[in-house]
Amino acid sequence: MEVTINLNGTPETHEVEPRLLLVHFIREKAGLRGTHWGCDTSNCGTCVVWLDGKPVKSCTVLAAMADGRSVRTVEGLEQGGQLDPVQEGFMECHGLQCGFCTPGMLMTARALLDDNPDPTETEIREAISGQLCRCTGYENIVRSVRWAAEKEQGGPVTESETPAEVTA
Amino acid sequence: MQVPAPFAYERATSVEHAIALLGELGPEARVVAGGHSLIPMMKLRLARPDALVDINGLGAELAQIRVDGDELVIGSLARHADLLGSAVAGEHFPIFHDAEKVIADPVVRNFGTVGGSLCQADPAEDLAAVFAALDGVATVRGPAGVRQVRVRELHVGPYETVLAPDELMLELRVAIRPGGGSAYEKVERRVGDYPVAAAGAVIWLDGDTVRDVGIGLTAVGAAHFAAPEAEAALRGQPATEESFRAAAQLAAEHCNPSADQRGPVDYKRHLAAELTTRALRRAAARARGQEA
Amino acid sequence: MTTVEERPHTGFGRTLRKEDVRLVRGKGNYVDDVRLPGMLHGALLRSPYAHAKINSIDTSAAEAHPKVLAVITGETLKGLGLAWMPTLSYDVQAVLATDKVRYQGQEVAFVIAEDHYSARDAVELIEVDYEPLPVVADAKKAMDADAPVIRDDKEGQTNNHIFDWESGDQAETDAVFANAEVVVAEDILYPRVHPAPLETCGSVADMDPVTGKLTLYTTSQAPHAHRTVYALVAGLPEHKIRVIAPDIGGGFGNKVGIYPGYVMSIVGSIVTGKPVKWVEDRAEHLMSTAFARDYHMRGEIAATKDGKILGLRVKVLADHGAFNATAQPTKFPAGFFHVFTGSYDLQAAHCTVTGVYTNKAPGGVAYACSFRITEAVYLVERMVDVLAYELKADPAELRMKNLIQPEQFPYTTKTGWEYDSGDYPKALQLAMDMAGYDELRKEQAEKRERGELMGIGVAFFTEAVGAGPRKHMDILGLGMADGAELRIHPTGKAVLRISVKTQGQGHETTFAQIVGNELGLPTADIDVVHGDTDQTPFGLGTYGSRSTPVSGAATALVARKIRDKARIVASAMLEVSPDDLEWEGNRWQVKGDPEQGKTIQEIAMAAHSSLELPEGVEGHLDATTVYNPPNLTYPFGAYICVVDVDKGTGGVKVRRFIAVDDCGVRINPMIVEGQVHGGLADGVGMALMQVIAFDEEGNHLGASFMDYLLPTSLECPSWELGETVTPSPHHPIGAKGVGESATVGSPCAVVNAVLDAIKPYGVRHADMPLTPAAVWGAMNGRPIRTDLAIP
Repeated sequence: MEVTINLNGTPETHEVEPRLLLVHFIREKAGLRGTHWGCDTSNCGTCVVWLDGKPVKSCTVLAAMADGRSVRTVEGLEQGGQLDPVQEGFMECHGLQCGFCTPGMLMTARALLDDNPDPTETEIREAISGQLCRCTGYENIVRSVRWAAEKEQGGPVTESETPAEVTA
Repeated sequence: MQVPAPFAYERATSVEHAIALLGELGPEARVVAGGHSLIPMMKLRLARPDALVDINGLGAELAQIRVDGDELVIGSLARHADLLGSAVAGEHFPIFHDAEKVIADPVVRNFGTVGGSLCQADPAEDLAAVFAALDGVATVRGPAGVRQVRVRELHVGPYETVLAPDELMLELRVAIRPGGGSAYEKVERRVGDYPVAAAGAVIWLDGDTVRDVGIGLTAVGAAHFAAPEAEAALRGQPATEESFRAAAQLAAEHCNPSADQRGPVDYKRHLAAELTTRALRRAAARARGQEA
Repeated sequence: MTTVEERPHTGFGRTLRKEDVRLVRGKGNYVDDVRLPGMLHGALLRSPYAHAKINSIDTSAAEAHPKVLAVITGETLKGLGLAWMPTLSYDVQAVLATDKVRYQGQEVAFVIAEDHYSARDAVELIEVDYEPLPVVADAKKAMDADAPVIRDDKEGQTNNHIFDWESGDQAETDAVFANAEVVVAEDILYPRVHPAPLETCGSVADMDPVTGKLTLYTTSQAPHAHRTVYALVAGLPEHKIRVIAPDIGGGFGNKVGIYPGYVMSIVGSIVTGKPVKWVEDRAEHLMSTAFARDYHMRGEIAATKDGKILGLRVKVLADHGAFNATAQPTKFPAGFFHVFTGSYDLQAAHCTVTGVYTNKAPGGVAYACSFRITEAVYLVERMVDVLAYELKADPAELRMKNLIQPEQFPYTTKTGWEYDSGDYPKALQLAMDMAGYDELRKEQAEKRERGELMGIGVAFFTEAVGAGPRKHMDILGLGMADGAELRIHPTGKAVLRISVKTQGQGHETTFAQIVGNELGLPTADIDVVHGDTDQTPFGLGTYGSRSTPVSGAATALVARKIRDKARIVASAMLEVSPDDLEWEGNRWQVKGDPEQGKTIQEIAMAAHSSLELPEGVEGHLDATTVYNPPNLTYPFGAYICVVDVDKGTGGVKVRRFIAVDDCGVRINPMIVEGQVHGGLADGVGMALMQVIAFDEEGNHLGASFMDYLLPTSLECPSWELGETVTPSPHHPIGAKGVGESATVGSPCAVVNAVLDAIKPYGVRHADMPLTPAAVWGAMNGRPIRTDLAIP
C-alpha cells in the first residue's frame, strides 16, 4: 500500500507493506536515523516521535496508521540552523551520555514544554517516565528540561552551574 | 527488532464501514485502535490476525467524553490521556484519574484507547476493574444492531470477551448518582508495570451508612474483575474502617490469584484485601467531601 | 548565549561535550544506522529449550522463501571449522549449535535475506526436531550426583564443575574465627542481572572478495581485542580485519565479549559476497548476551563484642551458565572478587569460589562490576550490616570504627591488594553530614513509634580499577596495556588516537581535556579518534573503569613526550639550551626572561618547517606511547540511602540518596557526576527490581522490558552528590576512574536501607531484588528465592 506521511514538514510517500512499523518507515524509507528503537514491547521509549503533535512510541504504530498524518522527529527540532532550547539544554546540563535515548527524550521534553512551559521537577519526571535512560540516572535530563524552560521563559540562563555539590 | 507477520489492512471510514469490513474479513480480523496492546503481541507473534481494521479515523464518532442525562459517556476510542485529562470524568468519578495516572506511561497513554484496553481483556487490565467497580455498560454494535453489555459480563476469560468478531465497542456508560465517592489503589513493581494487584471502589453514603458500593479488582483472578460478595456484605453497613476491612477480606477470599514474578498467591491475596480497604477508605472520604 | 564550540576551554574542568553536537541532532551513527550498498539482513533462530538434543534441522522451507539467500546451520559451520569459538575464559562456545542446545535462546541457525522483515519471517520456517533433556536451572543443584552433564562436548568433563579458586590465608582466617567473640554467618545471593544497554548488540560485516579485507561495524567496547580474536577464530590475517565501533548506545560491560551473531554476520558476508547486517532484538539481547553476577555467597564475619571486625570468610558458588565466557584477567577466574575485605582493616580473610555450568546463557562479568567488585562490595557491606544487627550497633558507627585509616596507605589487604591512597573516614563523615544522619535516626525512631517504616542504609566501597599491570593481567594472553598516539598539526591543532572506546562516557571530550591540560591547547583544537582499529593504536578497550586510569595515563604521557620534544624545537627557535627553558601554561619560555618564549602552536609550525633541528632530532611534532600501569587505582566512596516502606504492601520508595565519591583528580566534574548518577540508578534498579530468573525448565523469565524491569525517572530520587579528592600517587594526573563506582557501591546502600526499615520485623537479610512481594515476604517470615520462579 502507498503511505504518505508529512515528515518534519515534508511529505514522504512510499509503497510499504501494511505491517511496516512507523519507526521503520522513518528510519528505512525516509532515511532519518535519529529515531532509535530499543525494545519490542513499547517500554523503552527510544522510538518516541510526534504523531499529529503528540509523542507516541513509533515502534508500536503502523506506518499505515500514520498515513495522511504528520510526524515530527528529532531531525525536525532544529529550525533555521538554530537548535531547539531542549537540545541546547541537554548539551548544557549533560542530559545525555550514550545518546541513544536522547532523541525520544527530546521529543517528549519539547511536547511537555509546549503544554506546560514551567514544569516542576515532578512534572518532568512524570512526563519522561515511559522512557528509559541507562546512563544519566535521569537527574541531568530533568535539569536539562528545566534549563530549556527557563531559557524560553527568558529566565537567567547562562552556563548552567555545576549541580549542587559539597567539597570536603 | 521483532516485526509482525504479514496481514491485510483496511481503514474504516465510519462505524458501519468498520462493521462491514469485520464481516467481510472474517473471524481472524481484528480491530486496531491505539494498538498498544495488540501490536506488541503481533510483534512477538503471539497474535497473528489475518487483517486489521483501523478505526483511528472514527474519532469524531467514538472519542467523546461527555455527560448524557444522568450518565457519563466515554467513547471507546478515547485515549487514556483524554480520560486522564477529562475534567468531567474526574469530577464525577475520581477513580478514573486515579487509575489513568498509573496505567502504562504518559506516551503510551497518548495513543492507547479505553475501548482497546477493555477489549484486549488482559487479566491485569486496570480499566476492567474500574468499570467493574462502576458497573459500567458498554454499547456494542454489530451487523444486527446495537446491544448493551455490562462490563461485568464483557470478559469471559483471559484475552476473551463476549464480543462477536464483527462487533465493535462504541462507548461506555456509567450512571451518575449523587452522594458517591470513588478511588483506585494499585501496587506495581515499578511505574508502568502491570499491577501486582489493584482495587477500585465506588461508594455511596447515607450519612454514615453505605447505601451502595461497587468493588473492582484486577490481576488477582477475581471473576469478572468484581467482588459481588464483598459488595453485598457492605451494603447497609456503617462506613467504618472495620466494615471496610471485613468486606475487603471477603473480596480477597473470593479471588483466585496465580503466582508469577510479581508475587506469590498469598501476597496477592493479601494485597486484594489491603488495596480494597484502602480504596474503600479513600472513596468514602471523597464521598464525605474530605478528600479531593 | 554561547555554544559549546564558541566557548573557549583549556584543560580540566566543566566543559560541554563534543559528542553532544551530533547526538542532540539525531546525527549519531550507531551500528543499526550503518547502510552499505547491497547490504543483506541476517536473523538468528534460537532454541526454545534450555537443554535439548538436536535430532535434525530442516531448512528447506526457509530456503524456498523468495527473499532468502542462504540459511546456515551448525553443520555448515562444522565444515568450515567455525562451529565453535573460543571464549574469553579459555572455554569454547557454540557459534551455532550442532550436537545440542544448552540454554534457552542459544543460536541454532542463521538466515540471510534481502530485508529484515523477510529474514525474520524465514526464521519461523525452519523446522528443528529437538529432544528435550533434563535441565540444570539452579546452580545449587549443578553438582548433584544425578545432575545432567551439560558440557558433554568437552572431553573428560563428567560433571558441571568449572573451577575452584581461593584467595587469602585459610589457616590464619580459621584461627581468627576460632578465637573471635562474635561470629555471624549469612547466605547472600547476588542474583543474575543483565546490563541491558538501550542499544542491543549488532554488527555489519563487509568482506571485500577482491582485497580479502573484512570491515566489521560492531557494538564493541574493545575493538582491538575483538580484531585479534576474529583473527584467531576465523583464521583471517589480522591486518585484513578492520573493526569499527561507531557510536554505541551504552555498553556497561555487555559489549565486551564476542557473540555468535557477530561471527555469523562475518560468515554471512563471506558466503554471500555482500555486506550482512545482524542486529538482535530485545528478547535475544536479554536471553543470550552477557549477564552479570549470579553469585551464591555464604559470608561469615568475626568480630569482638564491641564491634572490632577481625576477619571475613566467604564461600561462593558461581553460576557461569552453559559456556564459561566470563571476561576477566586470566589469572583471576572469579575476577577481582578477592577485594571482598572492602574498606576495613582486618586481621585475616579467606574466600573460595567454585564455578559451575548451568543451562543458562553464558557471561558473568558485565554490568559495570569492575570484574566482580560489585559482588565483593555487596557481600562485605551486607555482612557489616548483619554484624550491626547482631551487635545492635549503629551501622555508620560500626563502619567508622573499622575503616582503614588515612595513615595506613598504601595499605596491603589480606588478599594481596595494595590500595594506593584514601581518606575513608573523611568521606563517610561528609556523607553523614550531608544526610543529616543523626536527625534521620531521630526521625526514624519517631516513625517507628507510630508504626511507620523508614530505613537508612549506609554503604562504603573501595573499587580496584584500571586493569592492569601486564605482568599480572592479560585477557586471552593480551596484556592489559593501552597505547596512545598524538599528532600536532603544523597550525597547532591536534589529533589524539586512543585504543579505548566510549559508550557514552565522553572520551572525545575528556581525553581532549587531558591533552589540553598538558599542552595548553584549547579543547576545541583537539580531535579524539577512537573505535577504529585501522586508525588507532592497540589496547584492550573500555570496561572495568579502565579508560581514565590506563588510557588517560597514556594520553597524559604521550602529551608530555610532545612537550619534551617541543622544548628541543623551542630551544632551536630561540637559540638557547633546552635546559634554559621552562614550561608555562602553553609555551616554553626562557627562564628569567618570560618575554622570550614560543607557544605550542608556534613550535608546531616550526617543527614542520625548514628550521634546523639539533642532530638526531626528527622533525614534526608526533609521539606514541604504551602505558603499562604499575598498579590498579582505588576509588572509593560513602553512600547513604533513605527509604520509606509501605508496611501494608511492601512497596519501597527511595526518598534520598547521598553519594560521596573520591575518584582522585576529576578531569571534567560534569562528566564524573553524570557517571555517578547513572550508577546510582543502577543500584536502585538492582536492589529493587532487576533480576533474570528461571523456572525449573530453564525458561528465561525476564526476556522483555515488561518482565525485566529497569528503573524510570520516578523510582530515582534527585541524587545528592559530594566529593573528596585523594589523588592516586602513581597515576600521571592523579585520576582514579569513576565509571563503575556508583554501580558497585549503591545496590547495598539501598538494600541496607530497606532492611533497616523492616528491622522491627526481625529481618536480618533478604535477597535482591526487593520487590514489594519480596519485602512483604521477608516481613512475614516467608522469604522468596528471587532467582527462581515464584511458586
